Amino acid sequence: MMEKVGVKTLDDLYVQIPDAIRFKDDYQLPSEMSEMEVRELFGKLGSQNKQLTCFAGYGVYDHYTPSVVPSLLQRSEFLTSYTPYQAEISQGTLHYIFEYQSMMAELTGMDISNASMYDGTTACAEAMMMTVAAGKKQNKVLVSAGLNPKTREVLDTYALHQGIELVTIPLTDGVTQLSAINYQLSTGGVAGVIVQQPNVYGIVEDFTGFAEACHEQKALFVIDSVAADLAVLKTPGEWGADIAVGDGQSLGIPMQFGGPYVGYMCCTEKLIRKMPGRIVGMTKDNRDQRAFVLTLQAREQHIRRQKATSNICSNQSLMALFVTMYMSLMGKQGLKEAAQLSYAGAHYLCDELLKTGRFALAYDQPFFNEFFVKYDGDADTLYQRFIEAGILGGVRYEDGFLFAVTEKRTKEEIDNLVKIAAL
Amino acid sequence: MNHQLYGNLIFELSKEGRKGYSLPKNRFGNYELPAEICRKEDAQLPECDELTVVRHYTNLSNNNFGVDTGFYPLGSCTMKYNPKINEEMAALPQFQNLHPEQPAHTVMGAEALVTLLERSLCALTGLAHFTFKPYAGAHGELTGLMTIDNYHRSRGDLTRKKVIVPDSAHGTNPASAAVCGLEIVEVKSLANGQVDFEDLQRIVAEQGSEIAAMMMTNPNTLGLFETRIPEIAELIHNCGGLMYYDGANLNPMLGACRPGDMGFDVMHINLHKTFSTPHGGGGPGSGPVGVREGLQVFFPCVSPYQGNYAVMMRAYAYILSLGRENVKLVGPLATLNANYIKESLKDVYELPIDTTCCHEFVFDGLKDKTTGVTTMDVAKRLLDYGYHAPTIYFPLLFHESLMIEPTENESKETLDGFIAVMRQIAEEAKTDPDLVKSAPHTTPIGRVDDVLAAKHPVTTYRQLQAENV
Repeated sequence: MMEKVGVKTLDDLYVQIPDAIRFKDDYQLPSEMSEMEVRELFGKLGSQNKQLTCFAGYGVYDHYTPSVVPSLLQRSEFLTSYTPYQAEISQGTLHYIFEYQSMMAELTGMDISNASMYDGTTACAEAMMMTVAAGKKQNKVLVSAGLNPKTREVLDTYALHQGIELVTIPLTDGVTQLSAINYQLSTGGVAGVIVQQPNVYGIVEDFTGFAEACHEQKALFVIDSVAADLAVLKTPGEWGADIAVGDGQSLGIPMQFGGPYVGYMCCTEKLIRKMPGRIVGMTKDNRDQRAFVLTLQAREQHIRRQKATSNICSNQSLMALFVTMYMSLMGKQGLKEAAQLSYAGAHYLCDELLKTGRFALAYDQPFFNEFFVKYDGDADTLYQRFIEAGILGGVRYEDGFLFAVTEKRTKEEIDNLVKIAAL
Repeated sequence: MNHQLYGNLIFELSKEGRKGYSLPKNRFGNYELPAEICRKEDAQLPECDELTVVRHYTNLSNNNFGVDTGFYPLGSCTMKYNPKINEEMAALPQFQNLHPEQPAHTVMGAEALVTLLERSLCALTGLAHFTFKPYAGAHGELTGLMTIDNYHRSRGDLTRKKVIVPDSAHGTNPASAAVCGLEIVEVKSLANGQVDFEDLQRIVAEQGSEIAAMMMTNPNTLGLFETRIPEIAELIHNCGGLMYYDGANLNPMLGACRPGDMGFDVMHINLHKTFSTPHGGGGPGSGPVGVREGLQVFFPCVSPYQGNYAVMMRAYAYILSLGRENVKLVGPLATLNANYIKESLKDVYELPIDTTCCHEFVFDGLKDKTTGVTTMDVAKRLLDYGYHAPTIYFPLLFHESLMIEPTENESKETLDGFIAVMRQIAEEAKTDPDLVKSAPHTTPIGRVDDVLAAKHPVTTYRQLQAENV
């Protein structure tokens, strides 16, 4: 091969690199490891992580994963392929993305969905930019204080560089007030309004009149939701949202210390050409067969270059496949059942905690599978006591606890938590 | 592959009442969701038994082509083999079950891995710190540019809003700059594919005080090393700008040259390219951003936690498996493979810039332009022979770009097989052009109607049903 290429040594391949910047040392890296040694090292690192029974949420939930999903996800035709540019040998990917888009549109009650995004927080930031790009010279976006601070931080980052002005709408009694939104809308220049459902306290808010108020001022209404919750909760579509975003991690994806997850973005048909990210559409091939293909690419960054309003190149395809297979297995009934179990478990835990006399719900509002309680003792000490008992006792938030319960938590686990909390 | 028998959508396999899940019974008593917070209609999701779901997705996978299926010379994408041990490590329950809000003392092993990976990437790039928050290459670009923007802002240098990119740059570079609120200035390329240094000097002389950064890949999108990189870096630094390295083409630099030594201040790495994590049909990737000492305080918050953590685990397993002994062979072997294909085909395919390339190179279509056979046709005909197509019509510098990147993993036998087929297609273009122009013939579907899809978008099953009424 070297003869064909016309070099005598591998070094000769790099004669064009100025000698002064050639790297000639050894990299400061460990020596090569066999598979067994790699396993041993990862095993050792793994043993330094504490395995806890999870009652934490805050955007990431410990849901059940059907065994089919990770098994099929390892099919290497899915795993080791790239973006489906060559439709003739990528129907597998294109087909499941079409299914994914269909399912997310059903779940959110919206017309259409893109092919997925990185995660919920960046999907929300993209929605923020989309409202500004869709508007005419409007540069202000209203954000409910009910939005998870982690999401808000990402929004703040994107807004700073984009020159978008974010205005926080404070909560009253734990929920966003339409009057506060109306007041800010009346000041003019508002491109979008972003709320979260359920909000950061787990409260299911009432958005009656929100969409109308937004549309009257030509602003877009954005709802950020945990995907699994929408199996039962009133949908963004029903609330009149223009854009629905959020994280799909709750659809069975393991928590894996923060990622990969999958962000979703759905919108009304009217906005399809403003939506960032890839979209798969149906078409025909030259043999008159139904086929799927990447479509509406004129919206995308590689065509628009510096005129782009998003730089998203790909989707989070494998994770979109994950949730598509999850939803195929769980189906209409299974998703509802899991949601009902989560709801029941959370309300049972809440009731039991209140019975101890040491906890109080911060807000008298409906909640789904996560809730915010205050504790009459030292919260940090209790949190540590939970951990010593092998429990991740929710998330310490403000002056209390955010507890989340999924269908994975048993009655015994909940009773055990309550026992420790009552000490 | 079988499209005829298994071309249904999962929705079309749904039968009311079928169940593919198993959940425990409710043992919490009577907690009913209040109707006023509930959706009126159920989501119309499919109802299928487990076997139906398993067969459906197994058969879908059969309609796909991956690196594990065959040779995947997709230029600029670095489709290297994804070792299975990496998958095994990423699935370890001691990591998979960690909630990202767990307190630090309960995730010591997980945090230690981040530090170890960061140290490795620093050693390989010559930079001082990395953030792992970015989820993908484009996200990394944006993060790196935000870091640069934050740096200039911190110095009160508020007029630096321009980013210089070569005209050969990938479309994502200008798009990332736009999302960061920056403006693009294009610098021309010379006939030899390199940045026109004189044009760059002119830009710097005219707009030096407004330059935030220069953004480059090296080797560039033609697979050519920018030999004047030290001078370019000096020029940009002297005008007060920073140098941004797009890590898309880092692979051939392993064992050859480090971005930090070239004079770059900020860079991103595509772990899904250079560090062998699977592309997954288009994600999840990971785009960690590295900087010189001092710039780490300007990292923006672009995601809530440690980015795509499980992808990082795979990359670290790969680095450990290679070790310092083998990692330095990655670049040279990838470069040898690319040059071998280039030299073996340049008599039948048009090679616009005939020089030693790095990991990839670009043909400008077939040498014989009389056949009417285009790059698109060659790409489609390759599918018939069981190969993935190269990247086509990119870079935009040539009309018939055909960009080939073999990676270091492929054996001489694989390369020879590919070369023989490429020659065969060149021959067919002369003897039977219609055969090539109507390709592919052996794939589950033929060429698709892109115009129909865009003109009348049907993107959900609900829309599809409405069509059929």
